[in-house]
Amino acid sequence: MAFDNLFSEIVFWALAVVTIGSAALVVHLRSIFRAALMLVVSFLGIAGIFAMVNAEFLAVVQVLVYGGGIAVLVIFAVMMTRDVDTGNRSTAVQPVALVMGVALLAALAYSIVQAEWALLPDSLPAPIATVFVETPTQLGRLLLSDYVLAFEVAGVLLLAAVIGALSLVRERRDA
Amino acid sequence: MTLQLLHFQILSAAIFCIGLYGVLARRSAVLVLMSIELMLNAVNLQLVAFGAYSGFGTSTGQVIAVFVITIAAAEVGLALAIVMRLFRSRGGVNLDEIDVMRG
Repeated sequence: MAFDNLFSEIVFWALAVVTIGSAALVVHLRSIFRAALMLVVSFLGIAGIFAMVNAEFLAVVQVLVYGGGIAVLVIFAVMMTRDVDTGNRSTAVQPVALVMGVALLAALAYSIVQAEWALLPDSLPAPIATVFVETPTQLGRLLLSDYVLAFEVAGVLLLAAVIGALSLVRERRDA
Repeated sequence: MTLQLLHFQILSAAIFCIGLYGVLARRSAVLVLMSIELMLNAVNLQLVAFGAYSGFGTSTGQVIAVFVITIAAAEVGLALAIVMRLFRSRGGVNLDEIDVMRG
């Protein structure tokens, strides 16, 4: 997978425009429901970019977890809002937030351009193109060897989150 | 002009800053949650892009991204449960109206 052909550039720029555009619409649209739909578009765009950079497994997980599960949860939560059509109002600090966002972007962009990444010599413009890595296989091996403790803890965390969410939304008849 | 790590980094930074703006500027708790998801996605993108460009053929960045996705899913579940309780007890989820703990 080399990134020096025109096709991958077109794909990247298309995905970047779609992702950034829909992300901007998420924070801009007045209607919360439309913002949630735009959020899904943004997630799918990021999944496409994952697929570009050797992360097929993560792309699939992104579509399943974000485009499926989290999207359903968020749209369900949109129903908890009183005025869906105009509920996406700004706080009092909205101008300050805009300034801070732009300032952080400028600072990040400056430092990204200025930094000398040790892992990235100029002669290596494309990702590891020489050997094709089977990332799902490698991910599975890593998860069950080097990161097995974190893997188990993540399972316990998910269980705790499920039980916590259940007990939070349960109707208490005695109270 | 070939695609470089720089492109992916700038894209990720842009998504992150949009998310930050959303967290600060939006009033609805649901919107703030969605913005936080955008920021987490930006971080994931950064991790995966670094992994792909590191030149060692390792998948460590992707492993960390898998954990980020797991924890984000748990976080969304819990946070939406809290939003639901707030809606039930106060009839709305606007963050600036939730000041129960104000001294």
